[in-house]
Amino acid sequence: MSTSAKEWPLWEIFVRSRQGLGHKHVGSLHAADAEMAITNARDVYTRRQEGVSIWVVPASAITASSPDDKEPLFDPANDKVYRHPTFYKLPDEVNHM
Amino acid sequence: MSPVEMNLEARFEAYVADEKKIEPKDWMPDAYRKTLIRQISQHAHSEIVGMLPEGNWITRAPSLKRKSILLAKVQDEAGHGLYLYSACETLGVSRDELLDDLHSGKAKYSSIFNYPTLNWADMGAIGWLVDGAAIMNQVPLCKCSYGPYARAMVRVCKEESFHQRQGFQIMLTMAQGTADQRAMAQDALNRWWWPSLMMFGPSDAESPHSAQSMKWNIKRFSNDELRQKFVDMTVPQAELLGLTIPDPDLRWNEERGHHDFGPIDWTEFQEVVQGNGPCNKERLAARRSAHERGAWVREAAAAYAEKQAQRKTSSTEPHAA
Repeated sequence: MSTSAKEWPLWEIFVRSRQGLGHKHVGSLHAADAEMAITNARDVYTRRQEGVSIWVVPASAITASSPDDKEPLFDPANDKVYRHPTFYKLPDEVNHM
Repeated sequence: MSPVEMNLEARFEAYVADEKKIEPKDWMPDAYRKTLIRQISQHAHSEIVGMLPEGNWITRAPSLKRKSILLAKVQDEAGHGLYLYSACETLGVSRDELLDDLHSGKAKYSSIFNYPTLNWADMGAIGWLVDGAAIMNQVPLCKCSYGPYARAMVRVCKEESFHQRQGFQIMLTMAQGTADQRAMAQDALNRWWWPSLMMFGPSDAESPHSAQSMKWNIKRFSNDELRQKFVDMTVPQAELLGLTIPDPDLRWNEERGHHDFGPIDWTEFQEVVQGNGPCNKERLAARRSAHERGAWVREAAAAYAEKQAQRKTSSTEPHAA
């Protein structure tokens, strides 16, 4: 089989669905360069007006937290319930606050 | 298996059983990973090969409107293939490996695409029956335990519904048309009915991977359950079209609350899976040829990108005094 050529790099695709919203990750694709990644992303991820703006990011440029770090990273927030408004019991008269 | 691995595996099983999602970097048993790679890649290949029987009619669609619709549908299939390939790559397999396995015949794709599309009504029957059966298989996959696959399936399912509806509309137009058109619609139904029922895969008793996939929440319903659901859904639709489903044993069973239907020819199914269907060779040859003839484009684009990147670095480097 013809695997001689090396694969085009992988790009992560983010689409802003409409003005006022942030770009959201929608998936990934292969493209030779950023310009082609945008063109391909348009065809693959926005065939039905799903977006008004596209970001393409080389997958290799993303640093992700490790699943093993889930506890040290996120557990400390578990016992800080006072960060949520519902922690505070207020009299009915002002409870809409 | 080491005690640590056993512990991980037990935790994984409990986690998945609790309807929680697995993401690419999470620990997963090798067998889970392998099952997903096999299933997602087969699924991706099916979308890509599935473009061929329909592509056959793009240049011969009966009107500009039908042609635009068919083009949009075939483009969707390409998109579905791409969503699925990239979901599959999150499991650590490369696109090149996936394509090589398709081209060498090592990986399978849905056998339905090894049947020919002989008349325009086939475009209707494929949308109505083949996409209808696919939707029935795919909707439960939107809740699959593997996050990237589930997310890809949500996109696919949204788009498939257009496919099925446009197919039914073609059938409806032809069924209400001239005697010749009605005959073409009936002929298409006759040829696509049984292969569509086979799309759900072997009977539960004969399905080697089913039980494990159910346990892992990859699969939600058994092949036979989904097939029955498809038959029950399709019978009244065929009645509405005024067409006859080619099965003399098909009848409503009051007691079961389902339609009974005749035996499926599993020998034919096995033959097509083994590569002896009417179009297996043609489909694979078309894929290989497209891949090989596109090689220079891929290489040229990569070379161009590399050159542009070099030019960019050299122009941003400070000039020597």
